[in-house]
Amino acid sequence: MKTAFKLACRNLIGAGLRTWLNVIVLSFSFVVIIWMKGIMVGWDHQAKTDMTNWEIGGGQYWHENYDPYDPFTLSESHAPVPEMFSEEITRSEMEPMLIVQGTIYPQGRMQSVAVKGINPKQKIFLLPTHKLDTVTDAVPAIIGALMARNLKLNVGNYLTLRWRDSKGTFDATDVVITEVFTSNVPAIESGQIYIPLEKLREMTMMDGEATLLTFADSEKERSPVEGWVHKPKDELTASVDEMIKTKTVGQSVFYGILLLLAMLAIFDTQVLSIFRRQKEIGTYIALGYTRREVVGLFTVEGAMHSVLAAVVSAAYGIPFLAWQAKVGWTMPMDVSEFGMAIAQTLYPIYSFGLVVSTVLIVVLTTTVVSYWPSRKIAKMNPTEALRGRIQ
Amino acid sequence: MENNSIIRIKNLTKSFPMGKTQFTALRNINLILGKGEFTGLIGPSGSGKTTLLNIVGSLDSPTSGEAWVLDHSIGKLTAKQAAQLRKEKLGFIFQSYNLLAVHTVFENVEFPLLLLKMGASERKKMVMDALEWLGLTDKVKSKPPQLSGGECQRVAIARAMVKKPSLVLADEPTANLDAANSHHILKTMETLNRELKTTFLFATHDEKVIGYLHRKIYLLDGKVDRDERKVNSEK
Repeated sequence: MKTAFKLACRNLIGAGLRTWLNVIVLSFSFVVIIWMKGIMVGWDHQAKTDMTNWEIGGGQYWHENYDPYDPFTLSESHAPVPEMFSEEITRSEMEPMLIVQGTIYPQGRMQSVAVKGINPKQKIFLLPTHKLDTVTDAVPAIIGALMARNLKLNVGNYLTLRWRDSKGTFDATDVVITEVFTSNVPAIESGQIYIPLEKLREMTMMDGEATLLTFADSEKERSPVEGWVHKPKDELTASVDEMIKTKTVGQSVFYGILLLLAMLAIFDTQVLSIFRRQKEIGTYIALGYTRREVVGLFTVEGAMHSVLAAVVSAAYGIPFLAWQAKVGWTMPMDVSEFGMAIAQTLYPIYSFGLVVSTVLIVVLTTTVVSYWPSRKIAKMNPTEALRGRIQ
Repeated sequence: MENNSIIRIKNLTKSFPMGKTQFTALRNINLILGKGEFTGLIGPSGSGKTTLLNIVGSLDSPTSGEAWVLDHSIGKLTAKQAAQLRKEKLGFIFQSYNLLAVHTVFENVEFPLLLLKMGASERKKMVMDALEWLGLTDKVKSKPPQLSGGECQRVAIARAMVKKPSLVLADEPTANLDAANSHHILKTMETLNRELKTTFLFATHDEKVIGYLHRKIYLLDGKVDRDERKVNSEK
């Protein structure tokens, strides 16, 4: 095997431009696949981190009737905060949130919203809730930039907010936008308005009640609480995993095409080599190789393209990938309306496993593609090969 | 004579399928070659000399009869055993040199020693010795496309001789060379035969080669026509 490697290296280097063209195509595949997979891992990491920081904290308890995809459940999705959580709430390690359905009237238009009551002094979310701790002539409210842009709202704008209290009675008041925040999590921005928790409880006559309880510590053991459903962090971020999985399948098609092109070049080279190098094959056999050993030599030679490609990839790929990890990849279009947790700039993350698995996939595929045409050698008559007569 | 023999061929026949019929290239050949001989298989194209050389070189096998080369029955060897025999005991010289074009002269000559898994320093010494015999020490780093025909054939001889084989098989070694180069090559081979006691078996119809042979086996239509020996083999 050592001899085969030595000979394969000599043959490859000796083949010059033909080798380097294949190697460059393959190395391009290496770098693009690692980069694209890195983007996916980076997106997954960013989406989960943003969800944790802006939406779900370390996990949540949901009122048993709460269904985020059905706004009609909101009128039934509230209950007093269980006594057992008082201490955690006092220590700001848990934050209750009350959610009711409401309507706002920006510039004479009507817009249904989820009105979310949140503690202005909370420390679990990155939401600028301190802006709710403001003395104004109307109820202070914060909204996301996505909604602000859609409804053409700015800080200082007044809106009429209408809601129904716990008895079903409609009421209305003015709210003033005290802050417009920007996040990468559309789920907390679109159709949502945040006001102080105690104010909302007072408005809806739901004193001490909540729809969600978000806790900071995801590691702490949580026991079931009657009337509330425990939603661990992993369960809440499962949607991100699903989304990334879907995108990854789409990307795999792209990798496939990229690899196919590279493999086509290798396959073509191998077929051409076996046709053009018949005398050489015959010579190897005459000098003491068996036909199977020649198959092995040609397979190693083909597979060595991928090893050389890995070295070439490292030469220009490592600086490129490191630079990308630092500056990130800014998407050419506005992604705020994609409806998923995605930042405008994604920072790829490359793991050791990602690099090793990509290298292994490419090397194995190249080896198989190199072996496939080389099998023809096993059927060659050495005396005919020596004369270069095989067609 | 038989105890000192390096090749023994008995009732050897070789046929090839040709369309729906069989073409018989060799018919009932019987030969014995002793150690250190400088022998040629002589005949026109299609007489079967290359076929016989290929069988002796374990690149092909007989259809019937037996060929014993260095006490190995060619027809009974597995592919691996045949490769082992070629690797350790046989040297080949071809009409069109069959050098590895992308390798240097040194690497071409080193190749058989690589297959024998020799150490680097031993390989280097043996390659340099072989190149010195053939007067190629100044071409060590050249590649075959940079050499003349005569130089290429000398490299091929060096490659065949480097491992000091028991038997060298040369198929039309001078066919692509001019007269001066042919004589130079043949003198070199004759010297190697004399000094290293290596057995040489040629397949040729070149008069220049025939003049150097100590024994001439004439083949005609796949049969041994004549077997002549020089009375005084010392030239």
